[in-house]
Amino acid sequence: MNSRPAGSARDYSIMNPSVATAPRYDADARRFVLRQALSDVLPVQCLLTGAEETTPFECDGLSAFRQVPFAVALPETEAQVRDVLRACHDLKIPVVARGAGTGLSGGAMPHADGLVLSLAKLNRILELDPVACTARVEPGVRNLAVSEAAAPHGLYYAPDPSSQIACSIGGNVAENSGGVHCLKYGLTVHNVLGLRGYTIDGEAVTLGGAALDAPGLDLLALAIGSEGLLLVVTEVTLKLIPKPKIAQVVMASFDDVVKAGDAVAAIVAAGIIPAGLEMMDRKATAAVEPFVRAGYDLNAEAILLAESDGTLEEVADEIAEIERVLRAAGSTQCIVSQSEAERLKFWSGRKNAFPAAGRISPDYYCMDGTIPRKHLGRMLRAIEEMEKKYTLRCMNVFHAGDGNLHPLILFDAHEPGEWERADRFGADILELCVALGGTITGEHGVGVEKLGSMCVQFAPAEREAFFAIKRAFDADGLLNPGKAIPTLARCAEYGRMHVHAGALPFADLPRF
Amino acid sequence: MMEAALADLRDRIVAANAAKTPLRLRGGGSKDFHAEALIGDELDTCAHRGIVDYEPSELVVTARCGTPLAEIEDTLAQHGQFLPFEPPAFGEATTIGGAVAAGLSGPRRASAGAARDFVLGAHLVDANGELKRFGGQVMKNVAGFDASRLLCGSLGVLGLIAQVSLKVLPRPYDEITLRFDCDVKAALALFHRWRAQPLPVSATSWHDGVAAVRLSGSPSALRAARAVLGGSVLDTTQAPTWWLGLRNQTHDFFRRGDKPLWRLSIPATAPIGAFADGLIEWSGALRWLHSAAPAGEIRAIAEKLGGTAMLWRGACATTRFHPLAPANLELHRRLKREFDPNGIFNRGRLHPEL
Repeated sequence: MNSRPAGSARDYSIMNPSVATAPRYDADARRFVLRQALSDVLPVQCLLTGAEETTPFECDGLSAFRQVPFAVALPETEAQVRDVLRACHDLKIPVVARGAGTGLSGGAMPHADGLVLSLAKLNRILELDPVACTARVEPGVRNLAVSEAAAPHGLYYAPDPSSQIACSIGGNVAENSGGVHCLKYGLTVHNVLGLRGYTIDGEAVTLGGAALDAPGLDLLALAIGSEGLLLVVTEVTLKLIPKPKIAQVVMASFDDVVKAGDAVAAIVAAGIIPAGLEMMDRKATAAVEPFVRAGYDLNAEAILLAESDGTLEEVADEIAEIERVLRAAGSTQCIVSQSEAERLKFWSGRKNAFPAAGRISPDYYCMDGTIPRKHLGRMLRAIEEMEKKYTLRCMNVFHAGDGNLHPLILFDAHEPGEWERADRFGADILELCVALGGTITGEHGVGVEKLGSMCVQFAPAEREAFFAIKRAFDADGLLNPGKAIPTLARCAEYGRMHVHAGALPFADLPRF
Repeated sequence: MMEAALADLRDRIVAANAAKTPLRLRGGGSKDFHAEALIGDELDTCAHRGIVDYEPSELVVTARCGTPLAEIEDTLAQHGQFLPFEPPAFGEATTIGGAVAAGLSGPRRASAGAARDFVLGAHLVDANGELKRFGGQVMKNVAGFDASRLLCGSLGVLGLIAQVSLKVLPRPYDEITLRFDCDVKAALALFHRWRAQPLPVSATSWHDGVAAVRLSGSPSALRAARAVLGGSVLDTTQAPTWWLGLRNQTHDFFRRGDKPLWRLSIPATAPIGAFADGLIEWSGALRWLHSAAPAGEIRAIAEKLGGTAMLWRGACATTRFHPLAPANLELHRRLKREFDPNGIFNRGRLHPEL
């Protein structure tokens, strides 16, 4: 699910670390020393240093930001991970851990003077316990592979990010990935019981485990979503849950986006927590329908997909209630899936929204803010205004149930100025998210992409607290430096002020 | 502008930090026993109270730390909602700040999640008196480190948790409790079988020859589950009393003072031996035991089973909390040093060295 502003790489140098304290001696000498050190701990096939070998690692799913790394290590064992970290720690070489490279915020973008530490070869499911309902896996295991392995036992792993076919569990842990079912089943943090990993000095740490709690501070929760800044994960214990007996989805049309947004709040207010609650605006349905023929109502300004899962009895009750609430909220048409095939057909459009955007536009830029549900309609109206301001189109697909927005800004990277306009358009959306009491990233992470927006969401004192946490784990700032937390200098350069939730109405948001 | 009660707390913190004198943060005081040590001048948070924001359709409640837990639960109940992690109230004075600082969860923990799973945001007053806002009021938020979840269960050692935002959920339509007369091994076997099936189990327990399971959901779902599970239905006055007795530990089992009471948090599938004097929750993952055995012995067993043992009530020549692994303790030390360099907040409460 990549955005594809290929070729629109902009100067990434402003993203360079100010956390890292790597000594800057001659690049060739550093490469020589690092190769020497790593060749002692890695088999020859596990270390890549030539440009033709390292270039494939120059970006993750956010390809607008690229950097060929200094070297790439592909350890095959946990001990090798430890030894690589120790070597880099001794030499003060920055380390960027990488899973499948499907992230959308540039969290795995390499460091010019650093090593990319790919966990791709650590891809074994170590243990699957169908009685305890847990799986112990290495970080390179693909998200979907866990559910596939659990399926014979009637179990699955709940978080299902849209990239689940390719993305790795290690990457999910780093980003605290979500998916379309997190309203009911939670994010990665709710579905990981424990992990093992190494801090930059090669010290092994075990956080959480197969028990439901552990003494001391909740370092497990802190590690999840830490974007590779605190430790490198080598083993994860996942919670598996029983597969629901049945799932059904209601597809509802609305002639007004605000009504659709209000319907989302009405479902929740009625005491229903759907397994999935998604919204697409007219531009999105128009883009996907010719592509997948999901049967979407192209006259609707917005459609909602509300799914119920559970036992036959539960689902029958809940679907009836959802339908009642949606009609009361002004739905012009409600269709309930009558078979598994039809349910998947209704979902196919939503699941193909990103490729559809790629089909109708040379490039698209996917945003990821979250707002309180009640503001969904207001946000859609504001995005319409921004489309006029930046003369770019934007199609909207939302995880409406949890207020998580994925506006897809359409642009052409080969048209001068379009990427810059898309970039500012996106920043405006994120600032409005903060002003409405939400956040600049719901599930994609900050990476390098949203460093500027972090300055809007957090005051200097809070950013300093994040650096304090970083120092406690990694005093030299060697793990994924320059990502996730902006420095004071970075925020000064960004030039936008910290917005406290609700403090500034949208019309007054600063523009530069 | 800071509210007056919060400004008072901040001023005391700033003064204590300047003088490097320890402060003992205290809400309702119902969990004074839940501490390695109580050191320093008391800083009573109760005046900083009140629900700041609650919109049922957003599924979030935001409240100041001194707000009584009962006030929050009453407000949620008026809108058919609740705190799914069922935080225990060991007294009427329990505050939401204390509940989050302790991070404890009740009988629903194994199915609904723990206190930390419902923390969406928190305000922290640090040792410099600075107010820091972490997280927020939305379900999905990965901006910055998850400091608000770090504060949950921190027992105040990183600073004053001044305000919290918690995810809430609709109350289940209905609940019934089924009872099975069986020994502990048979009870664990039942729990294991149920866990791997899509059943609306919301709590389990075993004590004194009786396994109990609570089911939550729509009437039709409960009827269907009952047909699968069997057992006999506990009457509707008895059942809530039973689960509340476990949650708030008002049941006689928790009040016996003859031997120390141990809390074993271990994998649910850990084998069980003689357990006549025990009580089980969380499908086997939480095991309570009155035992006069040496602490070292109990802790060694818990570790061997893949978990930890905490001395919950009673006297015993040992620390209350299970010792931290050296690498984890080192991270604790460094975090404490970063957040509270003079060590003023709840010194020694979570760990003798913090």
